[in-house]
Amino acid sequence: MSKAGSGAAAGQPLLKIQDLHKRFGLLEVLQGVDLDVARGEKVSIIGPSGSGKTTLLRCINYLEKPSAGHIYIDGTLIGEKKVGDRYVHLTDRELARERQEIGFVFQRFNLFPHLTALGNVTVAPIRVLGLSREVAELRGREMLQKVGLGHKADEYPERLSGGQQQRVAIARVLAMQPKLMLFDEATSALDPELIGEVLRVMRQLADEGATMVIVTHEIQFAGDVSDRVIFMDQGRIVEQGPPRDVLGRPSEARTREFLKHIQDR
Amino acid sequence: MLDLPEIYTENIHRWLPELLYYSLTTLKIAFFSFLLAVVFGVLIALCRISHKRVIRTLAVCSIEVARGLPIVVVLYIVYFVPPQLFPGLDWSWFDDFTGAVLGLGIHGGAILAEVFRSGIEALHKGQREAALSLGMTPAKAMTHIILPQATRIVLPPVGNYAIGLLKDTSLCTLIGVNEIMNGAKSIAFSDYQPMAVFVLVAAIYFVMSYPLSLLVRAMERRMRVAH
Repeated sequence: MSKAGSGAAAGQPLLKIQDLHKRFGLLEVLQGVDLDVARGEKVSIIGPSGSGKTTLLRCINYLEKPSAGHIYIDGTLIGEKKVGDRYVHLTDRELARERQEIGFVFQRFNLFPHLTALGNVTVAPIRVLGLSREVAELRGREMLQKVGLGHKADEYPERLSGGQQQRVAIARVLAMQPKLMLFDEATSALDPELIGEVLRVMRQLADEGATMVIVTHEIQFAGDVSDRVIFMDQGRIVEQGPPRDVLGRPSEARTREFLKHIQDR
Repeated sequence: MLDLPEIYTENIHRWLPELLYYSLTTLKIAFFSFLLAVVFGVLIALCRISHKRVIRTLAVCSIEVARGLPIVVVLYIVYFVPPQLFPGLDWSWFDDFTGAVLGLGIHGGAILAEVFRSGIEALHKGQREAALSLGMTPAKAMTHIILPQATRIVLPPVGNYAIGLLKDTSLCTLIGVNEIMNGAKSIAFSDYQPMAVFVLVAAIYFVMSYPLSLLVRAMERRMRVAH
């Protein structure tokens, strides 16, 4: 059904999610999600709003604390550790260390407005990894170049278009050299004519072998770029598989309904 | 009957040096109590947004108490109460100047805490999330991402507070500090020239506070460029 584990790196998956639950008060947004993502795999998650896909993504780097279940990256528990046979939450410092490995691209970019594009890209390498300013700026310029914004290094975010801001946000994540990149509806806040430039950068990263989990409404992009598409609804994974199956001939009625609804839009 | 120009030409050579000397004390009180208020303000604001309920409650209480009291009452309590509470200690170092700085600083800390808190909370939560997702600890996110932005936001209200504080130093007269208002009072009544002296004092206050208000405006402008 899935290609997980069949990639170049055999053995354990890079990302492993076990029986993840998340409740907000009485509302159970995630109702037991299991998911393995292999190294280098690109997984797209689609589904109606409120299906829990963004929450799932936010749980992976512990921006949301799961109510139950466990997440592993490279075999390491995320957000908690095992003491005896009990699971204990990590300290702020330990959690921060784990998050360095997980890049997160937000729907609303969340660039730091008081820093230039280069400042945005270098602040974490300097403050978190402890790189010297020179090394960080070298790496930062390289990353900005990679997303096609080498010439905008000294601009502040408010002088950049939405598409450019999102590309800087991607460069900011790349500068931390994460093992895994999460994209939370990275193009949903963009004007239609700016979506293409961000998708191009994402496609380039995919081609270079990055491991990516992408929550998106861009069905066609999901189909083109992913090894696997996951359809979520009401806090559960309903269906998953190669894009041509899930998007082309879905086996679940709910998937067909969702895809039809999207196409009618 | 009241020939102000003549009064000034006759007396200004005596009044002005004395008033300028006292205004130095005014400036010193304002400066040191401002620094103290900023330090207290940041600390109380951070307590105010703490995840620990006890710390948060303590912060809220201190803010509400300080806001609910007239500055004069705070000054009286800070200056007169500690020596009475601990009569065994050596209080010789605790002069009216120290009491004034401490009193205004504590009161200002509570006022600024609310300003700082609103500045921090004005930032979208995405800023903090972005910092955390890049591997910053909450403390680093606060230092490198949140506070630099909050500073820009709170600059105008903090500047206005500073201007107000400069003028509020006149209340220190009441615990006996020899600042400009106290000096003016004694000159005015010993020379029987209240009008001339107080007009002069008003002018001196204005000369002190107007550059401050220009400075605040200039800083606002410069910060806005880099926003």
